[in-house]
Amino acid sequence: MFANLPYLAVATLTVIGLSTVLLKRNLVKVTMGLNILTSAVNLLIIVLGYREGGIAPIYTLAPQTYMVLPTPQALCLTSIVIGVATTALLLSFTMVIYRKYGTVNVDEIRELRE
Amino acid sequence: MKRNLTILLLIVFAGILLVLAAGFTYGTPLASDMDDYFIRFGQAQIAANNIVTTIVFDYRGFDTLGESTVLFTAVIGVSLMFRRFFGGEDDADE
Amino acid sequence: MQMSKIVRLSADIMYPFVVIFGLYVIMHGHITPGGGFQGGAVVATGAALVIVAHAFHDVKAMIPKILLYLQESGGLLLFIGAGLAGMLLGFPFFFNWLANSGSLFGMPVPIGPNPGELNTAGFLPLMNIAVGIEVWGGLTLVILYMLSGVGKEGY
Repeated sequence: MFANLPYLAVATLTVIGLSTVLLKRNLVKVTMGLNILTSAVNLLIIVLGYREGGIAPIYTLAPQTYMVLPTPQALCLTSIVIGVATTALLLSFTMVIYRKYGTVNVDEIRELRE
Repeated sequence: MKRNLTILLLIVFAGILLVLAAGFTYGTPLASDMDDYFIRFGQAQIAANNIVTTIVFDYRGFDTLGESTVLFTAVIGVSLMFRRFFGGEDDADE
Repeated sequence: MQMSKIVRLSADIMYPFVVIFGLYVIMHGHITPGGGFQGGAVVATGAALVIVAHAFHDVKAMIPKILLYLQESGGLLLFIGAGLAGMLLGFPFFFNWLANSGSLFGMPVPIGPNPGELNTAGFLPLMNIAVGIEVWGGLTLVILYMLSGVGKEGY
């Protein structure tokens, strides 16, 4: 089981994040579930670029020259910044909705229906 | 009814994902030609020690331009929501 | 509703050290792990520390907002300008026109593991500084805007 523990962690985080987005009634909890889903995808991107026995791809005082792949780490940096932007905008939407309706329960904000 | 169906589908999805995740082994990427080129020639062409920074700012600098624009747009979006309460904006017409 | 005297004094003492550490992470982005985005987030955390320790009502009048607007826009313009400046010399867009050249940041690097040198790596330090300034101004503005919308009528 410990041979591929990162892949099991990615699967667990994906299921937890997806079930929080689909099953919860509070808008703040839905936002946190989306954040957990983003973290799971970032972990998957980094795990895909691992080479056995390699070190970080930096040449300053490096003990060896066999390094892991550096491109997935660069893609993950961009993904983290986009996750920050998404969470900031979602939380500010939630604050404005609370100020107008008085509640953050999804079942009571259905003004488009009637 | 709908909630129970959602829970059942989520349990099936979790089972599929866990079975798939237990079948992978990690430590040997399939294709690493591009990254071998970056590691071999990054120091000679760009004269930097940190290979990840050369990829983020030089070999793929256009993606970083797009990412900076996304961060800028997010800050503008947040500032549009709370324009009334921040004070000092003399030209906020409702 | 401010915090107690010990918390306020500790935040005031720790703020310069956090800013210096963030600027160190930004400036050494081409030698050690770090860079523009990471260092900018560290410096914005220092600003958030001071805002949380004191009451927001007192802090709000003391922060020059025009400086934060200029930081955020100026950072992005500096980033684009560093890429466009190579076009005046005949190179393509985003070409590293300072690497291995002998002028500002243009010292060549010995191949293989070596102790790092700050004078190397072309226009990478300039881009790191530009992105660090933009992230600092942007994240501090987000914190200030969100805090001013809290409460019944806002602060």
